[in-house]
Amino acid sequence: MNPDRPAVGDRFRRFRAGRRAGEELAVPPAEFTSYYGRPILKPPVWTWEIAAYLFTGGLAAGSSLLAAGGQLSGRAGVRRAGRVAALAAVTASAGLLVKDLGRPERFHHMLRVAKPTSPMSVGTWILTAYGPAAGLAAVAEVAPLLPRRGPLGLARRALPPVGRAAGLTAALVAPALGTYTAVLLADTAVPSWHEAYADLPFVFAGSALASGAGVGLLAVPPAQAGPARRMAVAGAGLELFGAHRVEGRLGLLGEPYRTGRAGRLLRAGRALTVAGVAGAVLGRRSRLVSAVSGVALLAASVATRFGVFHAGVASARDPKYTVLPQRARLDRRAAEPGG
Amino acid sequence: MANADVIVIQGSNMAEAHPVGFQWVMEAKRRGAKVFHVDPRFTRTSAVADAYLPIRAGTDIALLGAVVNHILSNELDFREYVLAYTNAATIVSDDFVDAEDADGIFSGFDPATASYVQDSWQYAGHERDSGSGHTGEERETAAGLRHESHGAPVARQVRRDETLQHPRCVYQILKRHFARYTPEMVERVCGVPREKFLELARAWTENSGRERTGCLIYSVGWTQHTVGVQYIRTGAIIQLLLGNVGRPGGGVMALRGHASIQGSTDIPTLFNLLPGYLPMPHHARHPDFDAWVDSIRHPSQKGFWGGARAYAASLLKAYWGDAATPENDFCYGRLPRLTGDHGTYQQVLNMIDGKVKGYFLLGQNPAVGSAHGRAQRLGMANLDWLVVRDLFMIESATFWQRGPEVATGEIVPEQCATEVFFLPAASHVEKEGTFTQTQRLLQWREKAVDPPGDARSELWFFYHLGRRIREKLAGSTLPRDRALLDLTWNYPTHGRHAEPDAEAVLREINGYDTTSGRPLSAFTEARDDGTTAIGCWIYTGVYADGVNQAARRRPGHEQDWVAAEWGWAWPANRRLLYNRASADPQGHPWSERKRYVWWDADAGRWTGRDVPDFEVTKPPSYRPPEGATGPAALAGDDPFIMQSDGKGWLYAPSGVLDGPLPTHYEPAESPVRNPLYGQQANPTRKMYSHPVNSTNPSPPQQHDQVFPYVFTVSRLTEHHTAGGMSRTVAPLAELQPEMFVEVSPELAALAGLTHLGWAHLISARAAIEARVLVTDRLVPLSVDGRVIHQLWLPYHFGFEGLVTGDSANDLLGITLDPNVLIQESKIGTCDVRPGRRPTGTALRELVQDYRSRAGIVPGVLPPAVTPGVPVDPPRSTGDGEGNP
Amino acid sequence: MADPRSRPAAPASSSAPAAGAADPATAAGWVDAPPRMGFFTDTSVCIGCKACEVACKEWNGVPTSGLDLLGMSYDNTGALTANSWRHVAFVEQPRPAGHATGSFAGNPTGDPAGAASAARSAGTTNPTGTEPGVLPGQPPVAARMTEFLGMPAAGPPGRTGSAEERSDFRWLMMSDVCKHCTRAGCLDVCPTGALFRTEFGTVVVQEDTCNGCGYCVSACPYGVIDRRADDGRVWKCTLCYDRIGAGLTPACAQACPTESIQYGPLDELRERAAARVATLRERGEPQAQLYGHDPHDGVGGDGAFFLLLDEPEVYGLPPDPQVTTRDLPAMWRRAGLAALAMTAAAVGAFLGGRR
Repeated sequence: MNPDRPAVGDRFRRFRAGRRAGEELAVPPAEFTSYYGRPILKPPVWTWEIAAYLFTGGLAAGSSLLAAGGQLSGRAGVRRAGRVAALAAVTASAGLLVKDLGRPERFHHMLRVAKPTSPMSVGTWILTAYGPAAGLAAVAEVAPLLPRRGPLGLARRALPPVGRAAGLTAALVAPALGTYTAVLLADTAVPSWHEAYADLPFVFAGSALASGAGVGLLAVPPAQAGPARRMAVAGAGLELFGAHRVEGRLGLLGEPYRTGRAGRLLRAGRALTVAGVAGAVLGRRSRLVSAVSGVALLAASVATRFGVFHAGVASARDPKYTVLPQRARLDRRAAEPGG
Repeated sequence: MANADVIVIQGSNMAEAHPVGFQWVMEAKRRGAKVFHVDPRFTRTSAVADAYLPIRAGTDIALLGAVVNHILSNELDFREYVLAYTNAATIVSDDFVDAEDADGIFSGFDPATASYVQDSWQYAGHERDSGSGHTGEERETAAGLRHESHGAPVARQVRRDETLQHPRCVYQILKRHFARYTPEMVERVCGVPREKFLELARAWTENSGRERTGCLIYSVGWTQHTVGVQYIRTGAIIQLLLGNVGRPGGGVMALRGHASIQGSTDIPTLFNLLPGYLPMPHHARHPDFDAWVDSIRHPSQKGFWGGARAYAASLLKAYWGDAATPENDFCYGRLPRLTGDHGTYQQVLNMIDGKVKGYFLLGQNPAVGSAHGRAQRLGMANLDWLVVRDLFMIESATFWQRGPEVATGEIVPEQCATEVFFLPAASHVEKEGTFTQTQRLLQWREKAVDPPGDARSELWFFYHLGRRIREKLAGSTLPRDRALLDLTWNYPTHGRHAEPDAEAVLREINGYDTTSGRPLSAFTEARDDGTTAIGCWIYTGVYADGVNQAARRRPGHEQDWVAAEWGWAWPANRRLLYNRASADPQGHPWSERKRYVWWDADAGRWTGRDVPDFEVTKPPSYRPPEGATGPAALAGDDPFIMQSDGKGWLYAPSGVLDGPLPTHYEPAESPVRNPLYGQQANPTRKMYSHPVNSTNPSPPQQHDQVFPYVFTVSRLTEHHTAGGMSRTVAPLAELQPEMFVEVSPELAALAGLTHLGWAHLISARAAIEARVLVTDRLVPLSVDGRVIHQLWLPYHFGFEGLVTGDSANDLLGITLDPNVLIQESKIGTCDVRPGRRPTGTALRELVQDYRSRAGIVPGVLPPAVTPGVPVDPPRSTGDGEGNP
Repeated sequence: MADPRSRPAAPASSSAPAAGAADPATAAGWVDAPPRMGFFTDTSVCIGCKACEVACKEWNGVPTSGLDLLGMSYDNTGALTANSWRHVAFVEQPRPAGHATGSFAGNPTGDPAGAASAARSAGTTNPTGTEPGVLPGQPPVAARMTEFLGMPAAGPPGRTGSAEERSDFRWLMMSDVCKHCTRAGCLDVCPTGALFRTEFGTVVVQEDTCNGCGYCVSACPYGVIDRRADDGRVWKCTLCYDRIGAGLTPACAQACPTESIQYGPLDELRERAAARVATLRERGEPQAQLYGHDPHDGVGGDGAFFLLLDEPEVYGLPPDPQVTTRDLPAMWRRAGLAALAMTAAAVGAFLGGRR
């Protein structure tokens, strides 16, 4: 069997091998070679817009879930806040994505094909499905402000049911929107992104929930914020669990997540998350504390996304993150019987 | 080359400077040949060679001489070949005193003119036949060049000792001369460890002989020295001793420096030659046609040069057509005459002295490409007019406005009187014509596109220039104008710009029968009665049967490996010169493996893969009758048919002005005292004592340590010569974007230079700056217990173009080889300091400071003969003939 | 160049089963495609003349990549970028080069040039007008490597300082180019279909379709494809699609004087390469090795493969590249899992408790 492609069953062992390798890789730094110390890979040409989009996309997803929950549990405030936040976030996302293109005027070329092998193409279609739904749901919130009579009166009566349908649709797509971005990063040659593909989705899912919860805590009185608090706790849990595995389990490739700019951002994110959750739980009586906690959770999500983004860029810039893991892989294969 | 079993590349960075031709070295390597590279620095050629020998620049004769010694002292020469085909057995005059026995100077040296009287060098019994007498004047006219197509004169019948035991036979003289050139001496002089040297010597000898052949490749790394011609002589001696001349995979390959520069010596752009290596007549020595012709052919002498009268008459006939008749000596009187040295460096000094009014520059950029750039620019700034024809606006056209001397205040644009006419030139793809390359192969070029704008071909320029001058002179009765008015100037033209027909010119070069107009097929058809007109006799046959033979492009896979039907090679489409030597004296191939040209007894003619370089029906057994001259005097086993004795010369009784045998002299500028002789440098080197010129002191002079380092300049693949065609083109310019200097890590540490930092180099002529490249490819050499540091610079940079930098050639002074007047531009001494050079007047002050510390007085040069070296005055000065 | 039939290319190439089993052009939906064409670059005969770089730029009209002296031996191009589709690497090493005696055996040596100059040249930047263009090396990394015996350091490369190490010396040259992978990450992840698989099995960008999303840049395991700053689109070697379509040899191979760059049907090239390695090993080049020739490697084999005289990373090549999309199914599974967890968490948040 081709040693390159271990059966799924081998995967787990491969991860442990990875960890072992990680320890082996704690060798004197001089013992790797490159071409004049220059990067082998081209670091991502993506700039801050993509990191920001990781946040806004997640925020939209979290908010839509929050909104749907509010809708189904009859919490109008929660629903309204969620729907508005979702629309704002998804609008920002679209803007950021177009701005990052080398040829923004050609953004519609994204719609030429649908390619499951291209997470960006998949993401395009997810956004295409999610955007209008989220938008419609948010628009439905203006119904109460419309006059009772006339054509607008008709809309005033028609909008709420449409909004409910749209809200639920958006909520159904939201989890995909919240997690595909992890695949978007992982499906590259960027060492620290690719090797983290098993755990990044959980980091992003958690971060998305937490940010959504942040909106809830910020927008609704503590009395209604119970679900948001519980969402914050769950989200934080998911995120911290994922982040811990990313930094710990990748051996050498976890280094970029721990060091430098990325390390600082991720530590900040973790601190803010913990603070946010603590505030949300302990300060549940105080509107102010809840609001501050909400802001903390949103900030945490921003920090985490930028942190992950920069960790990948750093891993692509230093040839050692390309050479050493691949060397280790070759050595393991040579060691394998029949390898 | 592809057939060689060993290839020695020395004085050439072939992979970088001749990458296309280098494919044949790689092909030989693929077939198993060993490739050696000897060079001052590790280059892209060394990178693919089997062995690399770092050598101190300017010491090649010591290394090659040691190879000769290795061959002779171990009796490794190809004896049968040496006996039959070289002058090894010839007895030399008793008057001859070897440089070995006179501290570095041969007999016949005249201190007054620092040149030799060659009588004592002659073969025994012919002391009066030197034919050159005093060589001082030959040096002035670079007479050595004349011998590119044929040997110098010697007597027909000479005394020989076939046993090679006679103490004065060439073989024994050679053996004694090089006896001190041992591996230990190589180590002392060249800095080449003896094991490395022996590795080369063994491989060279083991891969030569009946079954195997070795090939020697050199380029301007050998020629551009004050002893350059003797470098090549030494290489030739080795190849003759090993039987590697005239055989496939053998030879001494001269890689020419530019496209068709071979063509521009065949049909010369040189002051002292006429087409086909006919010498330019001298006003005093050649008063009339017969005197001139006889000085070339030497009546009663052997060899094909005997036909000189017919070649000369046919040339004049081509010049002046009907006006040229036997009665008026074919208008010989209208030929310009030499009065002395009119070489390019003398011209430049004359310009500075205001003796030259106008100057044409075509395909040349002396402001960057010639030695002593400052002198070049100051000279051109002192003309009335200057015509520059080039593809791009080059330094030689803008020096008056942007040159370094403007910054130093030596040239003031407002006051510079030189009127510069820049005429855009057509590139090689914008005109038709031939290239003549290293192998003497003429290849026809079609025009691919029309030249842009006002760009025109050289042919167009000169044809119409001549036409207009002739129109202006029309009707003149002045005799001096006849030379122009009688010229055959009737080439057909075509196209919008009346472009002359290049094929018509080729036809005239080939030559034709003046009565029938029939193009000639071989130079043997040349006549001295005015019935043939030939533009260049060695090219006769290129237009045989009215067909442009140079335009033949039959693919290689459609013919054998000699590919005789691709282009046309002079002479007579021979691809391998002297190929009679590829067969043994009896005419049989030396071996099956190296079979090339042989005698077919049944057919009674020479045959083989190539055009035999021999009279086709002359049997190997032929012996000339008493008193025969010219070709008839060549025996059936005299392969070197252009030599006046039909032999390859191990010893040169005449023709080489600085000695019958190569001798190691230090370069004009060297930090090392000559370990072999009291005589430091070539005593006959051409020097110009002019205020602008100077030479850094070398031992035993004082203050030599002011310029402690050796520098050498050459090319990069990425750029072309002075950069006019590469620094101006983005895809090339970006590949080597800055002027740099390569130094070893040791020198970097010593001089405080940092990688990619700046350094400036100072000589007695100039100071230039460059970025530093610290590289392992340069090594310090251990020479006579001293460590010698060498630096390397590319000479491509100037102040015009997309990428600019200081010009390396500015560092060089002007000292020339006596035989061909080529400058010593491959080595000089300098100092190097970290940081950028000063600018403005401070720059000249820095140089002046070094000059005064080195004790340099303007116009005063080191003595030709090193003080203390005994000089043996000439036994005779010929018949007084030629004494100035 | 835009070819509608290129659309199926993406799914096909990613779903190519056992690596390299199927001919990529056929897998991409081409009906009776011509034999797969490629490059075999034999670095053992490369003389570093850079004719390939120039010929490529001339034919393809590639803009200049900047006039910067990099100090990386004779390499002033630095890397493959949007403005350099061929890149000749130069490596100076204190390693034997099959010479009977070391190039500098018996020559005196002194202090090494040291880490400072190494760091300096590694720190050289190069404004290529491409983004990211030629990145500066990592000075600390480069400085470290000057101490590391036998591997190319960064300026002066190979410098180690001690006489024994100096005595052996070799200068490696290698003309790098897009590998035209059998399983091309750039092609897989392209969201617009601008990248497509040609009938010759090569990978080409359609500049009229590319919108510069930059995904391919991050997906290339060799760091080849690159986005041009002043243009916004990505560019790379097309294996002279326009020339080979007309039966001509790609410009670089045509210009190569020593047949270091050989162009032809990939199968023939692989046979030739195997024979060449054998010859070199006989002649005492134990390190001679093929790179990118194996249809079972992480990218299913390269359409442009190489004969190297040292480890790949010495030339700036990844030692064991893998196409990222190989793990894509697993990635989607993990993402799906995370999505479920997300939903569950949200549902739980609203069901759990009533406050």
